[in-house]
Amino acid sequence: MDFGLDKKHEMARTLFKEFAENEVKPLAQEVDETEVFPRATVEKMAKYGFLGIPVPKEYEGQGCDPLTYVMCVEELAKVCATTSVIVSAHTSLCIDPILTYGTPEQKAKYVPDLASGRKLGAFGLTEPGAGTDAQGQQTKAVLDGDEWVLNGSKCFITNGKEADVYIIIAVTGIVEKRGRKMKEISAFIVEKDTPGFTFGTKEKKMGIRGSSTYELIFEDCRIPKENLLGAQGKGFGIAMHTLDGGRIGIAAQALGIAEGALDRTIAYVKERKQFGRTIGQFQNTQFQLADMATKVEAARMMVYKAAMAKATQKVYSVEAAQAKLYAAEVAMEVTTKAVQLHGGYGYIREYDVERMMRDAKITEIYEGTSEVQRMVISGNLLK
Amino acid sequence: MNIMNLEEYKGVYVFAEQVDNKLSGIAFELLGKAKDLAADLNAEVAAVLIGSDVKGLADELAAYGADKVIVVDDPELKEYRTEPYAHALASVIEKYKPEIMLVGATAIGRDLGPRVSARVQTGLTADCTQLEIGDFPINPVAGKEQKHNQLLMTRPAFGGNTIATIACPDNRPQMATVRPGVMQKIAKIEGAKANVEEFNPGFTPDNKYVEIMEVVKSVSETVDIMDAKILVSGGRGVGSAENFKILEDLAEALGGEVSCSRAVVDNGWKPKDLQVGQTGKTVRPQVYFAIGISGAIQHVAGMEESDLIIAINKDETAPIFDVADYGIVGDLNKIVPELTKQIKEAVAAKK
Amino acid sequence: MKIVVCVKQVPDTKGGVQFNPDGTLNRAAMLAIMNPDDKAGLEAALRLKDQYGAEVTVLTMGLPKAADVLREALAMGADKAILVTDRVLGGADTWATSSTIAAAIRKLDYDLIITGRQAIDGDTAQVGPQISEHLDIPVISYAQDIKVEGDSVIVQRQFEDRYHVLKAKMPCLITALSELNEPRYMTPGGIFDACDAEITTWGRADLTTLDDANIGLAGSPTKIAKASDKVRKGAGEKVALDPEEAVSYLMGKLTEKHII
Repeated sequence: MDFGLDKKHEMARTLFKEFAENEVKPLAQEVDETEVFPRATVEKMAKYGFLGIPVPKEYEGQGCDPLTYVMCVEELAKVCATTSVIVSAHTSLCIDPILTYGTPEQKAKYVPDLASGRKLGAFGLTEPGAGTDAQGQQTKAVLDGDEWVLNGSKCFITNGKEADVYIIIAVTGIVEKRGRKMKEISAFIVEKDTPGFTFGTKEKKMGIRGSSTYELIFEDCRIPKENLLGAQGKGFGIAMHTLDGGRIGIAAQALGIAEGALDRTIAYVKERKQFGRTIGQFQNTQFQLADMATKVEAARMMVYKAAMAKATQKVYSVEAAQAKLYAAEVAMEVTTKAVQLHGGYGYIREYDVERMMRDAKITEIYEGTSEVQRMVISGNLLK
Repeated sequence: MNIMNLEEYKGVYVFAEQVDNKLSGIAFELLGKAKDLAADLNAEVAAVLIGSDVKGLADELAAYGADKVIVVDDPELKEYRTEPYAHALASVIEKYKPEIMLVGATAIGRDLGPRVSARVQTGLTADCTQLEIGDFPINPVAGKEQKHNQLLMTRPAFGGNTIATIACPDNRPQMATVRPGVMQKIAKIEGAKANVEEFNPGFTPDNKYVEIMEVVKSVSETVDIMDAKILVSGGRGVGSAENFKILEDLAEALGGEVSCSRAVVDNGWKPKDLQVGQTGKTVRPQVYFAIGISGAIQHVAGMEESDLIIAINKDETAPIFDVADYGIVGDLNKIVPELTKQIKEAVAAKK
Repeated sequence: MKIVVCVKQVPDTKGGVQFNPDGTLNRAAMLAIMNPDDKAGLEAALRLKDQYGAEVTVLTMGLPKAADVLREALAMGADKAILVTDRVLGGADTWATSSTIAAAIRKLDYDLIITGRQAIDGDTAQVGPQISEHLDIPVISYAQDIKVEGDSVIVQRQFEDRYHVLKAKMPCLITALSELNEPRYMTPGGIFDACDAEITTWGRADLTTLDDANIGLAGSPTKIAKASDKVRKGAGEKVALDPEEAVSYLMGKLTEKHII
């Protein structure tokens, strides 16, 4: 077992850190304040290959491994959680299922544009009545000649309206399984500007405010028959497997937010003076920091292990769920403590930890809440 | 390297840089230093004047200490170009065999110096801030000859964090480029005359003669802060471009100029040619006010030779206080305007 | 077109300079980076490659760990990397360094050589022009803009109060200012390839045109007589006064020193 990073990953870390510091950090506050999608940053990330890190070179990707990708999300999240989730949703939730389940034609048609960042990707599973419970899906797809006709809506979609390619999960019929009637669920690739595909309201969020979160609306939206992703009826499995990968990305985001908050707090307690001493000289502060750093380190181990599992194992649901559950809770705890150690300043927008605490919360919710992660983990223990 | 007969090399020579047929300040500064060194060596001071129609500048060099002026005058030398100038200076060195050759560490000298040193096969020490005659090794070392009358060249390295003293014991000339603004010129000797010698080694353009397609002069109306007797310098703590007004008022009251730190240039508050420090200019005014300047080592490297340093900063731990003669911990916005007012009153009262 | 870019690994001074307890510079505690002017030179070469097509070879002389900056250069888009390293080359001054690098470059085909103006550790700005002299080719120092036109380069050469637009026939050597451009980042895929790429390593024996009299410490005409951490002028008086008192304090000092 080797816990050290090799040269490749060390260099990649340096790259992501430099990019995040120079290009992303200066905009983080503004992105949060204005809730404007950081398009220019996305274009810069595209230029340097950040939108196709774990994608093979034959599809214009970078040919790197999941660990490299995870480190990118982590370093971006250290300075701007919004920017990190754009990369994560695009890579894990859109490119990954096409690469895993797409036909050679689908891969050739979509992946190069996505991996090079000429196009941005998104994923639509959640509906007003179906979040964690995929069987509650209402969006329908009906085959009509050579086209699928989509009707319904999806909500809380990251990169909504900004993305060009969407993976959409929809009901394609009713099947009997062990005597019970079940919805048959399938996955589709839907392109922006397809007639009948429009966007609803933009959500106003507590955190990750620059990420564009929209409702997707399908009204007799006709897509070519060949845009079915994977076999008909395999959509639930595709969605779940995609989310396994997505959770590693969110775990990395949570890890990054926690690290960012810890870094800022360390710098702050060395500067801030109370009662004639820096607050870092108080044992309470020291012990708090020790706990924060230890949990961050534990989260990093779990996140990197999950990334390694994705590279080497077919199934990594438990690793992903554990990493996300733990990293998200650490992010929430560390950012809350960071705000506390900053005192009144921590509650003020001028200080980054205020934003980080708001940003951290979503990591306990999206791509499966912490409760869903516990279901996945315990389900595997008791099967 | 070739074995040289070191005894043949005599005299302290300086490259008398001129631009547009006007001598640069560094030429006089180098002559000032050369005179000190020549006194220690009992040698003559020569200026090497290279250009086109530049002979008329020889008297001015004499007035600042040149005993001899070697003029290399050729139409090929009208504007500075590396090759013809390197050929000119290297030919002078080969013919006259100077013991010491000083060149300004300017945009010209830092190109010419290395090219010439490689051509005449000697060492070159860059950006020197101190030159003296001494022994090498400085202290006797058993089993090693201690050479006397060596040029000891001191220079900062690592952004001013370390200093090194360098010698060139086995090659001649001993060459150095010298930072502008560090050495002091002598008081002008009116009517002084030098022994002027003209020398033309012949110039035959070849592939190394680059073609000048255009000369673009930057229009700058700002003064040269290196010439100022009093500098009122502002840093990040001044807060804004607009707030430099209070520094400008103080400078005006004192008959000085305004300069600044790198942070100010980076913020776009002041132009680069007012920047003091490692990546800006080296200044040594009689009085240097450091106002709202924390005193990063790179800044200090450019101003610590000032005769009197007065720092005003609200942060009592600012490193600028480590080099300041007088340090005031306080609010510059309150102190500076009031100081200006009182100076004006004091000056008015004297009249 | 074939371009050789010379780069140097230097300690990063951006995050502050670290000292050992004895006052000497603690190089090990500082991050080793590609010298900024050299990085601008590399970027200039890569832009020429993007624009006109070129093969870019990066070359460094240093300890074996200097291979790190070569890998960085490859990850940015350079095609080949050469490391010149040998114990006998250590302790070189600019004469010996430039002699050694020139001997390495003589083994290569080149149209253009780009070096940084100067390195942030030595600040000499000598090695570039000296290499050009050893190779007997023209040099254009302080480049703030580089274009290629046929078999020539057209360069804006910076001076204190002006710039010259110079045209030189290739082969020639250009020294780059960091103002020249904003260097690109590496790419993740570039990093992976760079780590797998072979770096050509040359020792003393590979440099056949090099004279032993011109290498290493012994072949350096300049010798260090003394090196030390900079001795700074001591602090003077420091006072914390309210504004009125501060002004009268300063008025007193300025009058005492006959400044007003």
